Amino acid sequence: MQKQLLSGDEAVALGALDAGVALGTGYPGTPSTEILEAFAEAGGRAQWAPNEKVALEVGLGAAFAGARVLVTMKHVGVNVAADPLFTAAYTGVSGALVLLTADDPGMSSSQNEQDNRRYAVAAGLPMIEPSDSQEAYDFLQAAIALSERSHLPVMLRMTTRVCHSKTLVERRPPLPPAPPPNFERDIAARVMVPGYARPAHRRLRARLAEVQKENESSPLNLWRRGDTRLGIITCGITYEHVLEAAPAASVLRLGTIYPLPVDLVRAFAGSVERCLVIEEGDPFFVEQIRAAGIAVEGKPEMYRFGELSVERVRRILAGDVSPEPPPPRATPPRLCDACPYHPVYDTLRRLDCIVAGDIGCYTLGVMEPYRAMDTCVAMGASIGVGLGLRHVLPEAQARRVVSVIGDSTFVHTGVNGIVEMIYNPPPTGHVVIVLDNGTTAMTGQQEHAGTGRTLEHEAAGKFSIEGFARACGVPQVHVIDPVSDPKGFEDLLVGRLAASELALVVARRPCILAAADIRKWDEQIAEKAAACGAVCGGC
Amino acid sequence: MGRIVNVIVAGLGGQGAIKASDILADAACRAGHDVKKAEIHGMSQRGGSVTSDVRYGEKVLSPMVPRGEADFLVVLAADQVEMNRPMLRDGGVLIGPDFVDEASLPNRRSLNVALLGALSHHLDIPEALWLEAVRAALPDRLHEVNRKAFRIGREKAAAPRPG
Repeated sequence: MQKQLLSGDEAVALGALDAGVALGTGYPGTPSTEILEAFAEAGGRAQWAPNEKVALEVGLGAAFAGARVLVTMKHVGVNVAADPLFTAAYTGVSGALVLLTADDPGMSSSQNEQDNRRYAVAAGLPMIEPSDSQEAYDFLQAAIALSERSHLPVMLRMTTRVCHSKTLVERRPPLPPAPPPNFERDIAARVMVPGYARPAHRRLRARLAEVQKENESSPLNLWRRGDTRLGIITCGITYEHVLEAAPAASVLRLGTIYPLPVDLVRAFAGSVERCLVIEEGDPFFVEQIRAAGIAVEGKPEMYRFGELSVERVRRILAGDVSPEPPPPRATPPRLCDACPYHPVYDTLRRLDCIVAGDIGCYTLGVMEPYRAMDTCVAMGASIGVGLGLRHVLPEAQARRVVSVIGDSTFVHTGVNGIVEMIYNPPPTGHVVIVLDNGTTAMTGQQEHAGTGRTLEHEAAGKFSIEGFARACGVPQVHVIDPVSDPKGFEDLLVGRLAASELALVVARRPCILAAADIRKWDEQIAEKAAACGAVCGGC
Repeated sequence: MGRIVNVIVAGLGGQGAIKASDILADAACRAGHDVKKAEIHGMSQRGGSVTSDVRYGEKVLSPMVPRGEADFLVVLAADQVEMNRPMLRDGGVLIGPDFVDEASLPNRRSLNVALLGALSHHLDIPEALWLEAVRAALPDRLHEVNRKAFRIGREKAAAPRPG
């Protein structure tokens, strides 16, 4: 079959299709977003969940029923999904459940560079990691097969460079189909009350021990026999850098990240004079290998930060800890010239608001000329952080505090903050501004529950931000277009800040990059509805 | 192992740097090479710096071009030239945004394809494969404009230098 040039994300999607994945779900987040889009485009069934926790729970339900499922998210999304994840390790699955975590070493578009290999250890779940697009395709299939064999959810870790680099991919024959989904009652396995959870924990450890045994001879690990004076243990994209920087060395590329194949590592380390672990991010392998009593060298601490590259691997090999050349002074991103948020940030700056911000394009309000954002921590955090500031600041400062959150982020985890706000209101009240541009703009204009369209832009139920706030009992709920009425927006904000009431202001205006597409999709939906109505009389 | 050709395409978000690197990678793939292409998206749509690395040859390892090892640096924005210059090897070729006169292009948004045309003069990939890759990457209505832009860049690079 002819090879195709695919990104790691596209390759995973194709792998999912050929592995018979019945459902793909997740929440958009760089660098994982394109997976579900490509899966849908290739004919798979894919949907956006409001957040990663819900996505994983939907996936778990489908896998309880025997289906093969792929759940995708960026690294920080796993934090949101961690609650069901840790206990899903106990319940296990009847079908196959693969959780894809897309890590972002170097933080090309993220708020931290956490190393999610640690989650595999913490939750007690098998994790595998590919080095290029061909492996992304192959490893997705391997992850599905492993999940079915072990009855455990399997984590597939990728990093930005594997997700977004394009390399050649050859398709394989599809996996044999899974039996059709069917509910089989298994209360002891799936109802995690303590009486069932205690044996479930023991069952998990026994299953992991089986996977560990299997990993010792797994074809996902590559032992490249070279010069025995230097051996390098590595994983993921770093494998490619290592092959280029040290073409003669012996290399053990671990595709099975967890459980660690200890005997294999011991044999490799014993076969070389000097054994060096070169891994991006945390000293994850180094710690485990040393804990197993195997002597290996790690990388100097300075290489824990940021991505690795051929140059940095060369420096590690040379033991070079001299300062690195500074990165080029790249032109920073900024709000688009015609972005509807300009008048909002202009107002926030002139009113000298204390802005608890959130995650999305609108975080760029922190840049010049506005500098109109004072905190940005996690998805949905603007509301809780804003409330906390209001609770303790002196009144004059408390009255300047505003929470600013985007529409997709509001759907993701902003709703919880509104529940908190009506339950524990600060004495000065609070003002939440929802920047509703009708799309998940930052990650490339994905749909969400608030747009009323599915991942593939078809008609769907629509979550109403203002309706939700009113239903929660927020006394002041306003919707305004900040572009067509900037003066009205400012007057509204001034009035709400002066009052000691709870207020939610939806600043609604479509994203300039998405507006034409949104119009097109809505027209298509209207045409379909009209065509359908002509037949059925408007069901 | 055969020689690897290293190209970096740089510009600002929205200029088509990534599209240009897609076309180059596709053309190299059509010519039978192993190809890898790396870039960071994410914030790129918001007008920030964008660079994309394309490497091709018999067998490519890392997808990222090491600093100082680019054979060609194609830059779409004047203010991005100096920032990316350290990526170029000694004797490497810089193709900057002023290499073709934008006014000579049927559409100024085709600068990315025009500079690819200039790059194509230096690379051992048949012109027909380049044009197939350009065609595959763009909607029908833009084919003619971009075919012309590609020719303008390619002919300019082939022309004897003035003086």
